[in-house]
Amino acid sequence: MNSTTADAVIVGAGIIGASCAYALASAGLRVAVVDRGGIAAGASSACEGNLLVSDKELGPELELALLSSRLWLGLRDDLGEAAFEYEEKGGVVVARSGATMEGLARLTARQRAAGVDATVVDADGLRELEPNLARDVTGGAWYPQDAQVQPMLATASLLRLARAAGATLHLGAAVTGFLRAPDGRVSGVRTSAPDLPELSAPWVINAAGTWAGEVAALGGLVLPVLPRRGFILVTEPLPRVVRHKVYTAEYVANVASSDSGLETSLVIEGTRGGTVLIGASRERVGFDRSMSLEVVRRLATQAVDLFPFLAEVSLLRTYLGFRPYCPDHLPVIGEDPRAPGLVHACGHEGAGIGLSAATGRLVGQLVQGLPTDVDLAPFRPDRFGVTAA
Amino acid sequence: MTTWPSEGTAGAPESVAGATASAAFGREPATCDVAVIGAGPAGLAAAVAAAAGGVRVALIDAGPRPGGQYWRHRPGADGARHRGWPTYVRLRASLEAGVAAGTIAHLAGHSVWHVERDADEGTFTIHALVDGGGRTIRARTLVVATGAYDRQLPFPGWTLPGVFTAGAAQAMLKGQGVLVGRRIAVAGSGPFLLPVAAALAEAGATVVGAFEAGRPTAFAKHPLTTLRAGAKLLEGAGYLRVLRRHGVPYRMRSAVIEALGEDGVTGVRVAGLDAAWNVVPGSERTIECDTVAVGWGFTPQTEIPLQLGCEMTLDRDGSLVVRVDDDQRTSAPGVYVAGEACGVGGAELALAEGEIAGLRAAAAASGREADPRALKAVGSRRAHGRAFAAALHEAFAVGPGWRTWLRDDTIVCRCEEVAVDAIHGAVDDLGATDPRTAKLFARAGMGLCQGRVCGYASAGLVAARCGRDMTAADLAGMSSRPIAQPVPLSVLAALTPPSPTPATSHRQPRRPT
Amino acid sequence: MTGERFEIRLDGEAVGVEGGQTVAAALISSGRRSWRRTQRTGRPRGVFCGIGVCFDCLATINGVPNQRACLTEARPGDLVTTQEGAGHDDLAV
Repeated sequence: MNSTTADAVIVGAGIIGASCAYALASAGLRVAVVDRGGIAAGASSACEGNLLVSDKELGPELELALLSSRLWLGLRDDLGEAAFEYEEKGGVVVARSGATMEGLARLTARQRAAGVDATVVDADGLRELEPNLARDVTGGAWYPQDAQVQPMLATASLLRLARAAGATLHLGAAVTGFLRAPDGRVSGVRTSAPDLPELSAPWVINAAGTWAGEVAALGGLVLPVLPRRGFILVTEPLPRVVRHKVYTAEYVANVASSDSGLETSLVIEGTRGGTVLIGASRERVGFDRSMSLEVVRRLATQAVDLFPFLAEVSLLRTYLGFRPYCPDHLPVIGEDPRAPGLVHACGHEGAGIGLSAATGRLVGQLVQGLPTDVDLAPFRPDRFGVTAA
Repeated sequence: MTTWPSEGTAGAPESVAGATASAAFGREPATCDVAVIGAGPAGLAAAVAAAAGGVRVALIDAGPRPGGQYWRHRPGADGARHRGWPTYVRLRASLEAGVAAGTIAHLAGHSVWHVERDADEGTFTIHALVDGGGRTIRARTLVVATGAYDRQLPFPGWTLPGVFTAGAAQAMLKGQGVLVGRRIAVAGSGPFLLPVAAALAEAGATVVGAFEAGRPTAFAKHPLTTLRAGAKLLEGAGYLRVLRRHGVPYRMRSAVIEALGEDGVTGVRVAGLDAAWNVVPGSERTIECDTVAVGWGFTPQTEIPLQLGCEMTLDRDGSLVVRVDDDQRTSAPGVYVAGEACGVGGAELALAEGEIAGLRAAAAASGREADPRALKAVGSRRAHGRAFAAALHEAFAVGPGWRTWLRDDTIVCRCEEVAVDAIHGAVDDLGATDPRTAKLFARAGMGLCQGRVCGYASAGLVAARCGRDMTAADLAGMSSRPIAQPVPLSVLAALTPPSPTPATSHRQPRRPT
Repeated sequence: MTGERFEIRLDGEAVGVEGGQTVAAALISSGRRSWRRTQRTGRPRGVFCGIGVCFDCLATINGVPNQRACLTEARPGDLVTTQEGAGHDDLAV
């Protein structure tokens, strides 16, 4: 293959770019993936690897999540669990008040109607699922479809499959601009790599994650993808102490209750490595990488409150990532009518790993002119009411 | 130990508004002018110099007694096994005088796990673990003198019980009065091997050999070798005399390339090396022994400067070190570094750098000028020390051949038990192009020690596999530790929340993650 | 405490300590080399760095796992147990 032409150029070697590359390359397209850094250098390496259906808003996002859930199962069957530590661990949502429990009961009923496997459990049932939980839990919900992967291994595995199908990977190559055909159609990218000044292709996929807005701006386009900082705490290695993905239901009964600058809602789970991950915080502080002990304090407090044994467990490290979010908290998936040939696949906020499989599939269908499994209208890039930079 | 500032309740920060008069210094919560982290040669010199500069100093150290690793000793020790003990005694006396006068608080047994810059106040909050509980100390300026520990390179068998770092063998002997074995092979590279081998032999161990991978005789001819360095050479020669007296062979261009045994060391394989540290064919032999003491120079402890965003650089010996100017000042305002953390150079250099850092930090905190004569005298000692260190770095540079001693199944990360093939696989199969990515793929450096032991080797293996030299960024990717010590979650939960600030309005995010 | 002698126990066996010594020093002095087995491969480990950097010499001391024996000063009657894996088997579910 000529190194300067392809059928599709994918900007971004994170989980979304990898999933798009896998979908397109396995459909027989010549794919080139470019990234200014390394594999999974952004949010894909700074998250928990969640494949969740339990937390999705009913509607288009849940549709995407359910499609993804099925596709991930297929990948697991093709590659084996070990390739990216796929774990169908299931999600447990914990309620600690009667009001929250009632809210959870209503939510699970609606989720079941939408195709989610969701069961309400009482306090005893909850303790059976998670014996180390605090004694004062009221009840909760059980979501067997929730799963987890090791996100970096997942990204690398998908890229590996894509490369086996002929895709090329160009790391350390930053996209510096778009090539345009005489009719204005996007026809490729320019990069900073000396050996890859131009890469032309009829399709360019913007899978630059939290930096997707910057990539769009290279083409004079406004795409409101913004960073949301999230910290995760990692404990010392332990035996299996938390079986499922466990999170608190307060956010369900409590929507729009707070407007402080920092939000934390507890998410706890074990990993294959033996560490326990404690998330998650949300802050809008731009790309500030500085450590926040206040986040650590809050998460530690909440974690010890839910799993009292954690008081004596040590924190080993923390990491942070910048989740790409859009104002309406839905991802952007689709061709940009302002720049034909440019397809955005970004803005997945904290759900990029989970939603990547469906995103790749849909981008593949779109590029090949096939009907898409899910209606892309809710995800269209021009829905934000801004047109040009 | 002084109990200033206010005796540690978990997480209670010392108030900024506190006593400013020296008389009240010993009793009331206060922000100290200069906090010195580490009480080895550099930190002791810094604390004493800063206190002489008329400011209030907190000397914060993990150890039970001052002295650091260099002067590690048991209570009541006479210093017979230590070099430069009179210097220690003098510094300790000054420290005690400062404590008595209320100008220095010696906070022993404090393991610092994080230092944060306070947003608006121009101060630092130092978070330490004391007896498993939390404690915070506030300071206007910082001197980081956290020293270094033995740099390690993996080799087959190095995880067997009976393989110790050279520093461990020394610490057990000097600090605990315990010999780590009976028949000991001392191996690695650097001037530290000689005193370790000599001390073990003097203490009654059979040292089966001291195997130096470099060729330090080249160093004696180095043009930078100054008079002071000459004195150091004689010191080295003194160790050699001890080794000769005990019949211990000192072999240059030679290394322990494997430790043998099932559940503990029963012997070593030793080989001759060429200039690049590749094994000379036919030179291998087996020596029976029960213990190996091994080290390959030193790895500076740079967690705190990295937490504070200090600019780093790759030193000539391949270490990631903090970049400092002539005043020992880092790129981060108010942060000074002295000793091995800004370049491995031994105790003499650390003492000089510590004194300069202490004088400068005190001047910065008080707004008074540092004593120019004191600065001039110590400046020339530092210059000598740096020239000597530069010569050492050249003489004992790590050769790339160490990687050829490894097998695919040789453990690199001792904590997570990650072998060479997994690190190579992270590059070859998974596409890692830097050590941090390889770490996240293979888990090397993700265990309890957080890459302290395997960071240098992992970074070297990844860089080599990618066909390039190791960079400062490579090492930084293995050295950044926002939490410098494991901290119980109960201690973190007890941290003091910030005072309420006006809320900024934004939408409640929906997702839990 | 220097000079004073007392005993601690490793897995029930008496180990003599010279006052001021760390648990690791006392164990090595008694001829022991290892008091931990690793989490993944079950291999024996003892002191490596001796100064609290490497976390290889972990032991369960008086019921608290993951104590660095090289940093922990021995006290009369300390009960040290060989640590298996992560040392938190009591929490496993």
